[in-house]
Amino acid sequence: MMHRTKRAHRSIAGIGLVAAAALVLSGCSVTGAGTSSGDTEGDGTGTINALFMKQAGYSESDVAGMIKDFESKNPKITVKPTFVAYEALHDKIVTSAPAGTYDVVHLDVIWPADFASKGIITDVTERFPESWKSEMLGGALTSAEYQGKFYGVPWGPSTKMFFFNKEMVAKVGASQSDLTTWDGVLAVARKIKDAGLVKYPLAWSWSQAEALVCDYAQLLGAFGGEFTDSSGKLVTNEGAGVEALAWMKKTIDDGLTDPASLTFLEDDANKSMAAGKTAMEINWESTFRDQNDPSISKVVGQVVVTPTPAGPNGDHPGVNGSMALAIGAKSKHQLAAWKFIEYMTSQSVQEQYVKSSMTNWKSSYTKPEVTESNPEVFETAGVAYDSMILRPPVPNYNSVSQTLQVEIQNALLGKKTPQQAMDDAVAAANANLG
Amino acid sequence: MSVVSAENTDTLGGSPSPGNPPRRRREKQGRLAFWLLLPAAVAVFGVIIYPIIRTLFISFFEVTSALATDTPFVGIDNYVHVLTSASFWDSMGRTLYFTIVSTALELTFGLIVAGLLNAKLKARWLFRAIVVIPWAIPTIVNAAMWKGIFNAQYGSLNALLTQLGIIDEYQAWLGDPTTALNMVILADVWKTTPLVAFFLLAGLTSIPPELYEAAKLDRARWPRIFRSVVLPMLVPSISIVLVLRTVEAFKVFDIIYAMTRGGPANGTQTVAYYAYTTAFSDQNFGVGSALSYIIVVVILALSAIYLRLLRRSEMSLL
Repeated sequence: MMHRTKRAHRSIAGIGLVAAAALVLSGCSVTGAGTSSGDTEGDGTGTINALFMKQAGYSESDVAGMIKDFESKNPKITVKPTFVAYEALHDKIVTSAPAGTYDVVHLDVIWPADFASKGIITDVTERFPESWKSEMLGGALTSAEYQGKFYGVPWGPSTKMFFFNKEMVAKVGASQSDLTTWDGVLAVARKIKDAGLVKYPLAWSWSQAEALVCDYAQLLGAFGGEFTDSSGKLVTNEGAGVEALAWMKKTIDDGLTDPASLTFLEDDANKSMAAGKTAMEINWESTFRDQNDPSISKVVGQVVVTPTPAGPNGDHPGVNGSMALAIGAKSKHQLAAWKFIEYMTSQSVQEQYVKSSMTNWKSSYTKPEVTESNPEVFETAGVAYDSMILRPPVPNYNSVSQTLQVEIQNALLGKKTPQQAMDDAVAAANANLG
Repeated sequence: MSVVSAENTDTLGGSPSPGNPPRRRREKQGRLAFWLLLPAAVAVFGVIIYPIIRTLFISFFEVTSALATDTPFVGIDNYVHVLTSASFWDSMGRTLYFTIVSTALELTFGLIVAGLLNAKLKARWLFRAIVVIPWAIPTIVNAAMWKGIFNAQYGSLNALLTQLGIIDEYQAWLGDPTTALNMVILADVWKTTPLVAFFLLAGLTSIPPELYEAAKLDRARWPRIFRSVVLPMLVPSISIVLVLRTVEAFKVFDIIYAMTRGGPANGTQTVAYYAYTTAFSDQNFGVGSALSYIIVVVILALSAIYLRLLRRSEMSLL
């Protein structure tokens, strides 16, 4: 027995040594990347796997419809879509990258730096027509660009807009003109609370997730701030960064913000408003579609959409939440993948599904037949896309964002003062950015 | 592969006992055994041994992408980084709390449930079948269900407590770091108590009735019988459950991922979740691997301690 264990141990150690030696001799990385080469272009036919998010914007049935049309126009290409929650999308792209599972992946505006610098998505600059750069909205282009190169094609610009229940607002004698500033919003919220229409007039997506940083970004912009200075360091512990956070905390203390917001994602805030429990919120464009869908909403026809309210100096940029479609670095069907992306992002397809997501083609905004299909959101989008605030485009954005999420929540929970929380966030994040 | 063949030849050649079949037949059987074991060996190597070795390697390198081509060797830097980071120790603290509280509660409730299920009731099989249901529910479904129960706006816990007059207004049960951790523990306890109960039930049924009778003849009351008969006889079952549950609780991940994703303010971020975030969200695979190894070492240590206790307790029973 003793003898056997010893030998087994020796064998395992042997395997370890052999593997180590192989690794050293071959001189390749421990990830095993960079060894396989060969044809990645493909012949423009076959089956491609595409990864999408299942949340705001285009719905699962929208995408299914687009794929059906694409396949009928390209009978030699079959598209297999996979949908995951936004919160799982980043990690799914990362974990599937070495196997090359997905030919096409759905990209958020905050990821090009991360994925491009780490070789997870393909540089498509050469395929990207020069004319698109002027025909697409600038804010949307950032969702596919890193250091002057393109790593995808924008698939809908996006920002958070302001939604309010006009019946509740009217009951307290207010109107849309009272809701153009955040001060105005709080004053109306106070009246709605005092009138007992709802317990908490405001709901936000403030759970420990990217959604929290999106809401914070929008308020940071309203207070006239930026995430980083010219040298790329996080500076949210000065001025506007702290004021915006203190403002958020105060709305909780004053009983105007639903404390459950700390457990909410966008969809929860959306549902709360659709259930008539929330009078006002900021959320993505497709919220308007959902609030007017009688199968999930009790407030059909009562919700008004406007650009996000302004801060003390009149600034009111929306957070840039644009998305893009990119080709996985390990895809063996890059030509077919590109054809699919070209189709999905084309002006005609984006215009057809404009109720779900806005289009990133500038000329769509002046076509009456397009704008008429979703007039309220189009009117708002025109203003909103003029100025957008960008979250820091850095390769390790994800860890910077997590630091911000935790510290913002620490302040909102009263565990730290806003100043202390932001000082800690900046110290941790800048060490990371270093 | 060499592990398997070495082990096989060892087993065959190394343990001859009187009355064995002739050598040729034994060799034939050995070959058959080798081929029969081969698929399992390949599977074990592929999904257990290879990843373990690979992870150990990666933990000594700086790997910042799933497709990194430049991965410098950093020695034990990743381990040093983890062991000196405050967030690691915070998550260790939370994991320890989760492990101790959930295991203690599961053991307590498990013992009570086992006692009830052991009672001579009509339709005892029905109760036993019902009790096993929580354990049969997949963790992810269990997490979604409790997330619904704890919901701040329409959760049934809020409805129940308000209607009973225990709380005045609806609470965001998952909105405060400490409360959220306790609520996740509650969900875990609900799911796992049946498993513990069944382990203990097996122990209870194996206690000979004569022992109870003898104790009664000695005029022992129930508390005394419990302390002097039931508990000592249950020690082996309790030990097994303790080992299983401590290890399971220590590496808790799925229920956290589905209920709170580590929030709010990292209040429910356990060490396994921390390792996941480090490796796959931050794409810091070297540090993530080092973290995994630290978790493995802790679990091995815990298991070793428990197994030693277990062995001793068995001896004491003999």
